[in-house]
Amino acid sequence: MKGNIALVEGESPKNNKNKSLKKTLYKQRYLILMILPFIIWVIVFKYIPLWGWSIAFQDYKPKPGLSMFDYPFVGLKHFINLFKDPMFYQVMRNTLAMSFMQLIFGFPLPIIFAILLNELKGIRFKKLVQTVSYLPHFVSWVIVAGLFTTMLSNDGIVNEILLKLNLIDSPISFFAIPKYFWGICTSSEIWKELGWNSIIFLAAIAGISPDLYEAARVDGANRWKSIWHITLPGIRDTILVILVLNIGWIISIGFEKQYLMGNSLVQDYSKVLDLYVLEYGIRLGRYSFGTAIGIFKSVVSIVLLVSANKLSKAINGKAVI
Amino acid sequence: MKLIIKGNKTKRKRKKLSDRIADVIIVLFMIFVLVITAYPFLNVLAVSLNDASDSVRGGIYIWPRVFTLRNYEEVFKDSILFTAFRNSVFRTIVGSGLGVISTMLVAYVISRKDFFARKFVAGLFAVTLYVSGGMIPEFLLIKNLRLINNFAVYLIPGLIGVYYIYIVRSFIDGIPFAIQEAAKIDGANDLQIFYKVIMPLCKPVMATVALFYAVSHWNSWFDTYLYASGKDSLTTLQYELMKVLNNSNTAAAGSMIKAKANTLKVKTVTPQSIRMAITIVATLPILIVYPFLQKYFVKGMTLGAVKN
Repeated sequence: MKGNIALVEGESPKNNKNKSLKKTLYKQRYLILMILPFIIWVIVFKYIPLWGWSIAFQDYKPKPGLSMFDYPFVGLKHFINLFKDPMFYQVMRNTLAMSFMQLIFGFPLPIIFAILLNELKGIRFKKLVQTVSYLPHFVSWVIVAGLFTTMLSNDGIVNEILLKLNLIDSPISFFAIPKYFWGICTSSEIWKELGWNSIIFLAAIAGISPDLYEAARVDGANRWKSIWHITLPGIRDTILVILVLNIGWIISIGFEKQYLMGNSLVQDYSKVLDLYVLEYGIRLGRYSFGTAIGIFKSVVSIVLLVSANKLSKAINGKAVI
Repeated sequence: MKLIIKGNKTKRKRKKLSDRIADVIIVLFMIFVLVITAYPFLNVLAVSLNDASDSVRGGIYIWPRVFTLRNYEEVFKDSILFTAFRNSVFRTIVGSGLGVISTMLVAYVISRKDFFARKFVAGLFAVTLYVSGGMIPEFLLIKNLRLINNFAVYLIPGLIGVYYIYIVRSFIDGIPFAIQEAAKIDGANDLQIFYKVIMPLCKPVMATVALFYAVSHWNSWFDTYLYASGKDSLTTLQYELMKVLNNSNTAAAGSMIKAKANTLKVKTVTPQSIRMAITIVATLPILIVYPFLQKYFVKGMTLGAVKN
């Protein structure tokens, strides 16, 4: 009896649910129509590659007529090979070195730039500086690499200035000295993104109440003091958020500038993780090995992001993501 | 407004010495930034407009010494470079058009609080911001989809920049929902609401996102290198520029432009001056468009970043 009642009772809400679902589906048919192609798109182009991670655990060799399921499972073989490859450590060293240089020099500069820009009084001049400083963000790395090779060439402007200042006796071949590559890469990144990265800090500064500055001035604070005691604390949260995100991306510095500015003379210092994938994975056709590198990179990124986030929580009591 | 500024100025005259020193330091710093950023572009422009054989002598800074348009003529006469230019323009226009519409659609649907699968769909897109398959699985996917050496490879795999969905969505969130309800009462369906109510109100954010898409389509070279380098008819401007850059870096003989320079017995063009001309051609469209959109993208950037 009890069972029967339960059955009857259970059935009717289910029916209702079904009906209401059908009704919602019908009512929202246009919304579904609008999103459906993009759900398919995101699954195909973003999720299937994730599923493709499985080939890192197989000996994958593309052959017509074979599907991914036909390859033997080899466990962590490719990861073990990766950690045995001396090249991997060189590539990791380069990646980390350039990332840390980028973080140490490239992170504070946009903050300083934004603060100083905010102190600028002439509106026209301020606007001009802003417009020009955002510009390099919009040109490609191909162009930036071209500009850098021109400026740093033996008869380029940098050598010319150094010669005229008598700092050097003969031109420096910047792109032929491996030690210089990390510096060149970091400066090109800073040159390209300085203005752009300052936008977010400028917005944060604009959100600080002008009353605070007024009060500070009444109390006799000069420019530097009001920057130190009002502007910086005012943008502290923004700084922290951006820092956490930057730490999360530390291992994924990309490869474009390294690829475009590197050459055979400096390759011991210029090769980064992604170039390693490109060379071993795609050019040599070692797909499983290349995928293993990619997975390693993603895992490290996520671990870094989560730890940086935890750190921000500990310092600031707030999570970023 | 003018009065207020004047008032400020008289106040400033009574300012402390330390503040005035600060002003000078800041202005000098800004001039330094300006020069360092603008000089490389101006120099390349000057060299590209200068006679090639004269440029070899050096000493050209921001003004051409022997003015000529010869370098540009050579760029546009070269059939490969012309194809590359045409492909880049076409891809940028179509790609950013598709990108903006797609981003708007996705952002609109996940902004609708009453959409039954909103959380699921939003999550589906959000996850991809943090994890991606990586270069090899993506390469194999594109290969399996037979998109290699196919123009569609420029448009479909990179159709949407997922991050932009969030910029657009936070913009739509700022539009009062009552407007949409009112349209609904007037008998509009969701498609009409999107097209007639949301799209017109989203013009600023659409302009921002369009600029971002256009820039990334215009600037990309790696997808040409990886997926379309087998077909000359699919080449792009940045890819050709990359090839020229690589060749002049390694001084490898046999580059297309070098060969060309050699056939013209009188050296009226050099690889260097051609490179400068291509650089300018590849930069100019952005230079022209972006100052007009600046106020939008600054807003869009901060909007997206604050929300995230």
